[in-house]
Amino acid sequence: METFFHQVVAGIATGGVYASLALALVMIYQSTHHINFAQGEIAMFATYMAWTLINAGVSYWLAFMCTILLSFSLGVLIQRIIIRPVENAPVLNIVVVFIGLLVILNSIAGWVFTYTIKAFPSPFPKEPPFGLYFISSHELGSIGVTLVLLFLLYSFFKFTPLGLAMRAAAQNPDSSRLVGIRVGWMLALGWGLAAAIGSVAGMMIAPVVFLEPNMMSGILLYAFAAALVGGIDSPGGAVLGGFIVGILENILGAYVIGTELKLSVALVLIIVVLTIKPAGLFGKVIVSRV
Amino acid sequence: MSSNLPSAENSIPWIRIVVGLIAACVLPFFISNYHVFQASMVLSYAIALVGMNILIGYSGQISLGHGAFLAIGAYTSAILMDKMDIPYWMTIPIAAFVCLVVGFLFGLPALRLEGHYLALATFALAVALPQLLKFKHLEFLTGGVQGIVIMKPDPPWQTLFGLKLNSDRWLYFFTLAVTVVMFVIVWNLIRGRVGRALIAIRDQPIAAASMGINTPMYKSLAFGVSAMFTGVAGALSAILVAFVAPDSFTVFLSITLLVGMVIGGVTSLPGALYGAIFIQFIPNIADQISKAAPWAIYGTMLILFMYTMPTGIAGALRLLGEKFGPTRS
Amino acid sequence: MSRMLLEVKDLFAGYGPTEVLHGLSMQIEEGSITTLLGANGAGKTTTLRALSKMIKVRGQVLFDGHAIEGKATEDIVRLGVAHVPDGRGTFGSLSTEENLQLGSYTRKDKHEVALDQEKMYTYFPRLKERRNQQAGTLSGGEQQMLAIARALMLRPRLLLLDEPSFGLAPLIVREIFDIMQTINQTDKVTILLVEQNAAMALDLANYAYLLETGKLVLSGLSKDLKQDEAVRRSYLGH
Repeated sequence: METFFHQVVAGIATGGVYASLALALVMIYQSTHHINFAQGEIAMFATYMAWTLINAGVSYWLAFMCTILLSFSLGVLIQRIIIRPVENAPVLNIVVVFIGLLVILNSIAGWVFTYTIKAFPSPFPKEPPFGLYFISSHELGSIGVTLVLLFLLYSFFKFTPLGLAMRAAAQNPDSSRLVGIRVGWMLALGWGLAAAIGSVAGMMIAPVVFLEPNMMSGILLYAFAAALVGGIDSPGGAVLGGFIVGILENILGAYVIGTELKLSVALVLIIVVLTIKPAGLFGKVIVSRV
Repeated sequence: MSSNLPSAENSIPWIRIVVGLIAACVLPFFISNYHVFQASMVLSYAIALVGMNILIGYSGQISLGHGAFLAIGAYTSAILMDKMDIPYWMTIPIAAFVCLVVGFLFGLPALRLEGHYLALATFALAVALPQLLKFKHLEFLTGGVQGIVIMKPDPPWQTLFGLKLNSDRWLYFFTLAVTVVMFVIVWNLIRGRVGRALIAIRDQPIAAASMGINTPMYKSLAFGVSAMFTGVAGALSAILVAFVAPDSFTVFLSITLLVGMVIGGVTSLPGALYGAIFIQFIPNIADQISKAAPWAIYGTMLILFMYTMPTGIAGALRLLGEKFGPTRS
Repeated sequence: MSRMLLEVKDLFAGYGPTEVLHGLSMQIEEGSITTLLGANGAGKTTTLRALSKMIKVRGQVLFDGHAIEGKATEDIVRLGVAHVPDGRGTFGSLSTEENLQLGSYTRKDKHEVALDQEKMYTYFPRLKERRNQQAGTLSGGEQQMLAIARALMLRPRLLLLDEPSFGLAPLIVREIFDIMQTINQTDKVTILLVEQNAAMALDLANYAYLLETGKLVLSGLSKDLKQDEAVRRSYLGH
């Protein structure tokens, strides 16, 4: 019973990471109808930036904040320079550009930082919190950071004029222009936020899976599954999907199929959702009028 | 990757094909064994890229996971040769059949949705596959992490027209023969009813459906056929390399195929050759700079080509030919 | 002698290869209500879209003396031009009040914005009742009111209205036209009204233009157009 509880709690911790990445995916999807295949690599790259800062002697939380800002800028730059030229191109072209981006980021990381696995520090103590047995300090801290992040994002979108403008631009770009919103910059902002969220996810998971250029591919897969389960155009759904997938991964891994086939679980989940209910739990079914 | 390309398959450039075939047959006797091996690999990649052509160019669907079918074809061939002593040439049609079925079955659910959803599903397949191949309960079949080592087949004759025929050269001719057969198959497919149906589905899906074309069936069939081609390429590569292992079939292999297709040009048979040459030789050259360099080049090429040459080298050549070629009335 | 708030010279516009407007010229006097009439497909909606640069244009458009034909929509809005598009253009998943807040997105004067919002609720009490309701669930008439209110939250100098009567019951249309009269006289908003309902439009407006297949065929005081034989037969039904 103890291990079950631990698996669930650990699942919530990793689920928070999936939820964050899934949210980043949904944000970009909502405003552009593109799936950002490079989301994982951006997060990985950001984590390397954090590692560089920390190795240079910067304190953890300062490095954490700087990384968030740097990732934000990186996201904005990527949208303005690389994505904007193909904004209205056919879907296949856009997917190819995303894959190109994925590959470039991955190879730059490999070239600059080599493929040797590196340790990434956790800001949380090694001893379990309050003497609890079923959760580690990092897991608790990770959940905390995720919740703070989600709360900040929610407040931003719900209560600030800029957040409102971004929601409007995602929904209805034409009407947004008619109220003076600069839709192009809203898209760039969305990318910046998505990159920033990804960086937090990367920094939270790196202590667990260790830092190497390919660390995010499996995690991205789970984020995809989470976004699909929740509904690819529903931010709340993506978050819930993340936690569901995290818990499912751990329970299935511990009790049903073993830890070696975890990625196949994500694959099966994706296929099942796409087959049975492509809109996910909370997404909207798009009916195209012929 | 524009879908409004003129069909270049209307006239068969017989002279170019005959000249090309003669050159191909003569080639292995003038170059080293390693280069012969590389030439064979180019041919097998070309078959895989033709497979992707069928899917992306002609039925407008995208796959980021075709490396999985290279793996299935390769492992099928390796297992048949290693565990059941089936001769190498017989493994090719078997691998083709297996991939046709698997591709079709994968296609059925995955193809009901558009564009990026299929990309997502195939991406997931590509990422999950190596783990599946390493799964310890399947180790008895797949050889687990170490994979399977195969014996390189001996040529049936020692000489051909007085020229020495070693293993590499023989396998080259074998691969060439399979390549010709596959190109002929795809040529007939494209020109026939299946090809026209696929183009209709790609360009005007709603009209196609209302004309009675069973869209889901054709789409799944297209996926199955493209998987079959890639599976044949996989089986060939297993025989050529004489080795299969899970880490040869990561998501980056699928991306390599995508690169080949983008560079060479979608909806084009010559494009498959250009692309195959590119993906075989770029790593050789770029590797010397750094392990990561080929991928940086691939990524940059992917993006640049989407900005400037979405129809690939073949498409660009075709456009140049139309601009500067003989005027037609 | 009133000044011209909007001057249009030889405007050409269309969609892709199809040209819809073939050299349109008109002047909108400040403080007036001008209506643009014409049959379906004449190019009325295209004209408004051209003015707010939702589509590419050729020609000259002067707003308050400044050339705006080269500016982007977002910048034209900031000069004080509000466009209520055909189909309302409401943000369906956002609340009524959020829609209003978006209307004042470019304004910096928070206090005035709050006052304006209250004013909108006085003009349109039904919107106040539904302030937290999802805009997409409002009735057609309410969405039209919301669209107009959102445009007014800009405190525009020029209001472009595209077929506000479309699909609405006569009583609601009457209400909306009364509001337009009020905002023109009390708030001094210049209005360019595109309408299919020629009778009501000519009653409300000071001036009228008649558009046929992308060209202006008639213009003048609306009371004169009301008497015109051709207009009466084709557009007024008597």
